[in-house]
Amino acid sequence: MTPLLSVSDLRVGFGRNPKANEVVRGVGFDIADGETLAIVGESGSGKSVTALSINRLVDFGGGRITGGSMKLKRVDGTVFELAAATEPQLTGIRGAEIGMIFQEPMTSLNPVLTIGNQIEESFRLHRGLTGRQATAAARDALDRVRIPDAARRLKYTPNQLSGGMLQRVMIAIALACNPRLLIADEPTTALDVTVQAQIMALLAELKRESGMSMIFITHDIGLVAGIADKVMVMQNGQAVEQGELNQILDSPQHPYTQHLLQDVPHFASGRATRADGQRDKAANTQPALKVDGLVVRFPLKSSFFSRATGAVHAVDGVDFDLMQGETLAIVGESGSGKSTTAKAVLGLVRSTRGSFSVGTRTATAERSAKPVQMVFQNPYASLNPRLAIESILGEPVIATGGRVDAQTRARMASLLERVGLPKNSLERYPHEFSGGQRQRLCIARALMLNPSVVVLDEAVSALDVSVQAKVLELLLDLQREYALAYLFISHDMAVVERIAHRIAVIYAGQIVEIGDARSVLSKPRHSYTKKLIAAVPTIDRRCEHFEIDTRQVPSLVRPQGFEPAPAKWERFGGDHMARVEA
Amino acid sequence: MNYLLRRLATFPLVLLGVSILVFVAIRMVPGDSITAMLGTEAGLLTPAQRDSLAAYFGIDQPWFVQYWRWIGGILHGNFGISVTYGRPVLDVILERFPLTLELAVLSMIIALLVGMPAGIYAATHNEKPSDLGVRIIAMIGQSTPSFVLGLLIIYTLSAGFGVLPAMGEFAPLWQDPLRNLSQLILPAITLGFAFAASVTRIARSAMLDVLSDDYVRTARSKGASARSVIWRHALPNALIPVVTLSGIEFGYLLGGAVIVEQIYALPGLGRMVLDAILQRDYALVQGSVLFIAFNFMIVNLLVDLAYVALDPRIRLGEQ
Repeated sequence: MTPLLSVSDLRVGFGRNPKANEVVRGVGFDIADGETLAIVGESGSGKSVTALSINRLVDFGGGRITGGSMKLKRVDGTVFELAAATEPQLTGIRGAEIGMIFQEPMTSLNPVLTIGNQIEESFRLHRGLTGRQATAAARDALDRVRIPDAARRLKYTPNQLSGGMLQRVMIAIALACNPRLLIADEPTTALDVTVQAQIMALLAELKRESGMSMIFITHDIGLVAGIADKVMVMQNGQAVEQGELNQILDSPQHPYTQHLLQDVPHFASGRATRADGQRDKAANTQPALKVDGLVVRFPLKSSFFSRATGAVHAVDGVDFDLMQGETLAIVGESGSGKSTTAKAVLGLVRSTRGSFSVGTRTATAERSAKPVQMVFQNPYASLNPRLAIESILGEPVIATGGRVDAQTRARMASLLERVGLPKNSLERYPHEFSGGQRQRLCIARALMLNPSVVVLDEAVSALDVSVQAKVLELLLDLQREYALAYLFISHDMAVVERIAHRIAVIYAGQIVEIGDARSVLSKPRHSYTKKLIAAVPTIDRRCEHFEIDTRQVPSLVRPQGFEPAPAKWERFGGDHMARVEA
Repeated sequence: MNYLLRRLATFPLVLLGVSILVFVAIRMVPGDSITAMLGTEAGLLTPAQRDSLAAYFGIDQPWFVQYWRWIGGILHGNFGISVTYGRPVLDVILERFPLTLELAVLSMIIALLVGMPAGIYAATHNEKPSDLGVRIIAMIGQSTPSFVLGLLIIYTLSAGFGVLPAMGEFAPLWQDPLRNLSQLILPAITLGFAFAASVTRIARSAMLDVLSDDYVRTARSKGASARSVIWRHALPNALIPVVTLSGIEFGYLLGGAVIVEQIYALPGLGRMVLDAILQRDYALVQGSVLFIAFNFMIVNLLVDLAYVALDPRIRLGEQ
């Protein structure tokens, strides 16, 4: 039987001389009707370019197909060569026979058109529907992706919906005309883990309903276990390994696949937590950081002159302590208040209430002028591109009234060496470094003042998985060496499992569960923690199905003067405790 | 609606500030109405004659008394009497304003009709020779002074085609539309050319930005044609910078276009204000500056309302 899509020796290049700048170099695969192929790889592997070549959107990004063929079996049974198709031919195929969804739902929909309008467009283009018929079809499409209250939502513009909802709208658009092939390019990467689970469940269900084929592109090999039939692993523009799902996951042949499966953090339900550096319960040491009753509220005002009518309760009564040499991970989804907590600890946002105390270091070590330092999420945006590395590393010293002298330079050199960067880095500029190297620079900068606490706000989230593993390794080494206390803010349970001694789960501005990492991850007690952990994709959970849940995150806006009821805690042995649910 | 009222409530505050500025500024210029009117003969006046003239013009009082009288008059709808025209200031302004408004509207229409398509064309042919051509013309348009272009147009028409721009008494639109248009079309082209050049450049860069946005890729993935991608998906998102620029330029044009009015001998606001300054016609200068400032605020308000119409993400009155 002819496959739905047969790609062979595909080559794609960019620039003025595409043949010399190929980023996809001879990729081939077949997809049968109803089959799902997962393409796994890191950034720059060519996975997205491969996907965009199939419907030839790559042409608009400056790419050229330099060789190979892509044969699509059309509805009428004829075979169509996509690699040689003209633009008018392609507009008839895009959307009708090949649908596509993208990584960023927030930016992938037109901000000035209503979502109804954008869904109707597909029906208008390929089905010739107009007016009421198109509206009715759009409503059905929204129903199909389980968006409640579809008729009313049609009139919404994208800014009125959450990321998860927008991704459903994107799926509705892509599937409007029942394409037989759906290309999903990292469709859940920008979403929270519980939302990701819902989108994955939805995709699996729609695939069963419609019998379409799917190409699923991801950097997370854990995610493919739940959805793929076949897996293709890409590196440097080539497919290094492909085969059946179980074969790839259970007996990978290529070293790179083995590396992805073994060296990269995968969630293991608390079985991979740290054994070193556990809190010494006998020693009565002072905590490196103690936070008591932290509250951060942002008043809501309709104009400059009017009085506040309410407040966003971003952080609502958070307490924790952090010992020297210990990592406390704060996990939660976007909007939960985890980053606001971190910023409040550093004084980057003003806290409404609450106290912090920062303990002194052990007697031998030199006390720092600024004992709390921070590493941010995006290494591309958090280094000033106009400053040389020497100035960047000198900045914290200058900010505390010091001068860049021989001693400071010596410290720079030793830190650079310690974080694994070449000696000549000092004269270079940020753009000369890769993402992983930049994050090493950020870590070096944070250590310049010999802090006792380092706040790591999603510090490895923007990095590729294998780079992520190396930076994590570096963080662990540095912690042991300097007895650093880490406040590790993350949404990624697999990473948290590797680095945390203790975990605090934060939801709607409040800690709902806190305790020893192994205990929290293996025996979660609070319903939210359970839901969060159940949503984490792992290579063990093959073709497992999630319930589709369309509940929205509760609003954090409260009326003026509102105070939450004091928390009641239930203890589960050791220091593991969870908030009692109403 | 609420927003509109609050915005309008800020108008008096701004106008008060403008009124003080212009009041003080014009008095800091050496000379007064008497010397400006009589020239060297002013020296022949006896002190008594001078005092009585000063009293007649109301410039014998301390400045704050003058200011108070002026503002008090405005609150009663009286902007004072122009010494050069011998008529109420408001009458003089309103007589000139229709021409200035019409000229501004015509230039903007020309600028948008030429600049938008040119900008879109250049953006969709990015880095091709045609894009380069459009960019060069736009650059020339922005850097050519209006008097050069105006004279060039007149010269070409008269020397090359024997046509002369319609001169003579200005005919208001409602009296003789044809004659009115024939008088205004060349000045409007002269002003519109530079305006169109700015619109072209901003439309091109806005379109280029938008064309690389994710939702444009989404539209293409749906199978939308190139034309639909440009007009339906990209253009509405590229309009905001164009509206901003057009609003500012239009606001300036409402203050009159001195050079173009001079070249084409048009009785617009620009020349009137210039003459009033030279004549130290305090009441007329003050009155017209307030009038121009008021127009500018109205245009700004309209621009902000246009943002809301163009982009559902923008809500007025919120930070």
